Amino acid sequence: MILFALRRLLGFAATLLVAALVIFWLLDLLPGDPAQFILGINATPESVARLRMQMGLDAPAHERFLGWIWGMLQGDFGVSYTQRAPVAELIWGRLGVTLPLSVLAMVISIVVGLPLGILAARRRGKLLDTAIMVTAQTGVAIPNFWFGMLLTLVFAVGLRWLPPGGFTPWNEDGWASLRGLILPSLALALPQASILARVMRTALVDVTGQDYIRTARAKGLTMGEAVWRHGVRNALLPVLTILGLQFAYLVAGTIIVENVFYLPGLGRLIFTAISERDLILVRGATIILIVAVTATMLLTDITYALVDPRLRERSTP
Amino acid sequence: MSLLEVSGLSVRFGDTEVVSDVSFSLQRGERFGIIGESGSGKTLTALAVTGLLPEGAVMTGSISLDGAPLPQQERAMARLRGKRVGMVFQEPMTALNPLMRVNDQIEESIRLNETHGATQIEVPYLLKEVGLELKHGDRFPHQLSGGQRQRVMIAMALASRPDILIADEPTSALDLITQRKVLDLIADICARRQMALLFISHDLKAVGALCNRVAVMHRGRLVETGRAATTFSAPQQAYTQKLVAASRFDVRPLSRPPIGNTLLEVNGVTRDYRQGGMLFWADKPLRAVNEVSFSIASAECLALVGPSGCGKTTLAKIIVGLDKATSGTVRLAGTEYRGSDLPKALRRDVSLVFQDPFGSFNPRLSIADSVAEPLRLEPGLSQETIQARLVEAVEAVGLDAGMLTRYPHEFSGGQRQRLAIARALVTRPKLVVLDEPVSALDVSVRGEVLALLARLQADFGLTYLIISHDLDMVRAMADRVLVMDAGRIVEEGKPEQIFAEPQHRLTRDLMAARLPDVGIVASTTPDRHPRA
Amino acid sequence: MKRLLSHPSLVIGLSATLVFLVVGIVSLIWTPYPIEQIDIPRRFLAPSAAHWLGTDNLGRDMMSLVMAGTWTSFLVAAVAVAIGVGVGVPLGLAAAAWGGPVEWLVLRLTDFVFAFPAVIVAILITTLLGPSAINAIVAIGVFNIPVFARVARGGALGVATLDFVAAGRLAGLGNALIAWRHLLPNIMSLIIVQGTIQMSLGILAEAGLSYIGLGTQPPETSLGLMLRDAQGVFLIHPWLTLVPGISIVLIVIALNIAGDGLRDAIDPRLRQGNPNVLA
Repeated sequence: MILFALRRLLGFAATLLVAALVIFWLLDLLPGDPAQFILGINATPESVARLRMQMGLDAPAHERFLGWIWGMLQGDFGVSYTQRAPVAELIWGRLGVTLPLSVLAMVISIVVGLPLGILAARRRGKLLDTAIMVTAQTGVAIPNFWFGMLLTLVFAVGLRWLPPGGFTPWNEDGWASLRGLILPSLALALPQASILARVMRTALVDVTGQDYIRTARAKGLTMGEAVWRHGVRNALLPVLTILGLQFAYLVAGTIIVENVFYLPGLGRLIFTAISERDLILVRGATIILIVAVTATMLLTDITYALVDPRLRERSTP
Repeated sequence: MSLLEVSGLSVRFGDTEVVSDVSFSLQRGERFGIIGESGSGKTLTALAVTGLLPEGAVMTGSISLDGAPLPQQERAMARLRGKRVGMVFQEPMTALNPLMRVNDQIEESIRLNETHGATQIEVPYLLKEVGLELKHGDRFPHQLSGGQRQRVMIAMALASRPDILIADEPTSALDLITQRKVLDLIADICARRQMALLFISHDLKAVGALCNRVAVMHRGRLVETGRAATTFSAPQQAYTQKLVAASRFDVRPLSRPPIGNTLLEVNGVTRDYRQGGMLFWADKPLRAVNEVSFSIASAECLALVGPSGCGKTTLAKIIVGLDKATSGTVRLAGTEYRGSDLPKALRRDVSLVFQDPFGSFNPRLSIADSVAEPLRLEPGLSQETIQARLVEAVEAVGLDAGMLTRYPHEFSGGQRQRLAIARALVTRPKLVVLDEPVSALDVSVRGEVLALLARLQADFGLTYLIISHDLDMVRAMADRVLVMDAGRIVEEGKPEQIFAEPQHRLTRDLMAARLPDVGIVASTTPDRHPRA
Repeated sequence: MKRLLSHPSLVIGLSATLVFLVVGIVSLIWTPYPIEQIDIPRRFLAPSAAHWLGTDNLGRDMMSLVMAGTWTSFLVAAVAVAIGVGVGVPLGLAAAAWGGPVEWLVLRLTDFVFAFPAVIVAILITTLLGPSAINAIVAIGVFNIPVFARVARGGALGVATLDFVAAGRLAGLGNALIAWRHLLPNIMSLIIVQGTIQMSLGILAEAGLSYIGLGTQPPETSLGLMLRDAQGVFLIHPWLTLVPGISIVLIVIALNIAGDGLRDAIDPRLRQGNPNVLA
């Protein structure tokens, strides 16, 4: 098991390193002279030279790359040229919105999606099953940001239960901050919950046909008891894989939904950075997103191995 | 009063009736066998008895246990079957919950069927009864062999001290030696516990060895029921006669060309497989084939026998050029090669017939396209020549040339195996390697295919290398036998000699594990021999 | 074919998809009004005989915009699927046919690309080249590559263990021919099913990317871009968000139903969940 985790950790580090290399190549080498690129063609040669100095662009590419990596390992992501602040601080401030939003959305989609999936599987072929599956089919097809707009119309404008947008910082009024995240997280959770419900139902139905369920019934259990005691845990395995992928994409999906609710999250930071051509900020923000995605997949893999004894031993004979 | 009474049982899916009007009874302590080929409805009959029919199956007729009809209510039925009936299924690989330790799975069976006042059965006792050690209980199913998993299944079946044990093909996924051990275990336990047995199998010998009364099932109906000894020695129905005949592999001796000079020589062939591990700390390689040397003379029929995993299939793959030896060489007609480097010009001289007739044809290609594929090894053939060769090959295996334009799904297993043989012959090879050529076929067609192989060998002077675990088939076909164990050849000789005086431990075990032929001597319980 | 048409959900899904596709194609030669025609005095009109779906905040005809936007959505998603199939399927087949280091490389590559959700790729490209519809196509296409590579490899591995592949090797076929003659025809159905799923995911992803300004740019239009344009006024004029939003939902549902139907028609055992590409 330790060897397995170690192996995955190594793969995780390798993925990040290659990802960093790709990002560095795209944002540092491809534009030719990043300083010129950032300042645009109308910049004076003096200001370009000053920025080059400031960004350390005179050093050879490999030194710059290693310097960047080494800096990040120590928590130094460079200084944003446009905002004149350390990138790490800027990102850290925005993660306070993006991360709670993703976690909240994930929790909602699990709490709603899994029970509905189980319910549909147990009532297979009945009216309830059809109703849940039609809802899920629709839920998968609704773009989360558009659903966010609908939610705003109903709950903020129509019923006035919740704020239509904006965000109160956590240290001012924690309750108000949470209220500000409810509609965005619901918007993010809808498609995810629909997918989870569908996957859970399929997995349970598949498990129902397995030989070990027949064995459990032969022991004296009814179908329902056998599925509950032996099926659900087995059915959760494919669900777990999906969960990992989903969280990864939720983190990225928040970028879009933040737009609807004018939330000061990572997404808005990135859009400002793009429009101002702040390569250093874009570089830092994308690598953070990729770390989040990759780390989630790593965690999924390890959890999977903890649940499934067959996987645990594949690397420790 | 019978323990189990089944009368007028029918099972249908929609409009198709798969079990029709089946009636039989089972007395206390009796061992009753149902024989049938795949699709005969025998498994559904067993599932009906235990109320485990799949969704969509509609059952009519009556089943009663101790004179009382089976309860309609699901929970009552579940508890009744847990309490009174133990079941062992065919697939030991998938029948256990992969995420639960063996101890917990057996424990669950015990707890579910506890009766107040009765002395408690404990897991260690059951493990011991089925011949497992205590340490096996702490393992997960995937850490056990097929035979061990089947023992776990039996332990779970015994946990409630049932009156009836239903075993549905419990050994057909196991190798010969393990099969015999599990059959003996079932016989032992039934005798010790005075438990009735309902044994379901396609294997006449297994049924003959275990049961005192048998029924033969064909297309959903019981065609014959009677005492095992009399049914097998004097079968009344044509279908039963056919089954009994097919179980014996009587291949008529044909006049064959004399055995000639050495055709193929295998010299010190070894095959290592790299096992998992990472780049730097690779594990010790697995040695599948270990320093094997032998030769085959032209027009000879050589058999390579051994348990599953002994390396015989790997060796066959090296000879036909699908795998590559780590060291050692194969020499064919003066040319040396190590496996996949077999030169194209020589590939047409060796061919392979696969075990599974269903996987050996690409469903998207017509039979003609598939059978003509090996002719790529003879470049420059005209369309007419190719067509002529196809017709020749297909007619040689007793099929009609009109079948060439059809697609694989239109053919039965036996026909496909004939077509696979036609494909192997289309390049007019010298050596044909037959990997378990009949073991995936229904019993009743095995004899036909073997007779065809024997005739083709006589007609074309072919050299055969038969890979098999089936000793009776080997005895019927082979001129010489090699016994393989753990990658090595451990014994060699004429079949009569090996059958009469096996030398090596494995060969002796294999001989001992053979089940007695049916119908020749009255079969009773198998003779006891110590469990390994 | 007859067997396929006996699945009602497949027929319904396919016909609905076709209707939208035809609407999109028609927009290439005819729309009620030119989509770039801005007419401020005629803005925010309710649906009428002249403007079936009303007009937007710039006085453009909504019907014309939806028609053209539908075409953009289909085009972006289809090209992205083509990229995914064109690169991913050969990679997956190569992994299955060659095995060993090739397979290792393909697997690592797919793992790696999975770490780049479409949004991140779009962010990187937009930073470099500025926003355009091409960004969305590339970003979604890149995401599709590992999806198809995995599906192709998984399917091909299942086929590769069958004896007819070994028979092909015995007949002297090389890896490339094995992949072409024996593996590809037997995984085509899997790829078609995955293709419809990725189509619907691609349409959702295009909408998301255009909505945040990383995709289609004016004067072109797409359903996502329409939502972006409506963003500032949707609290007062919700109609402007309802029309493109509902169009997206209907197209995606049609594609999903067609995909489910296709999967059932081809192989009922193929059911599986699919991660959402939208992010």
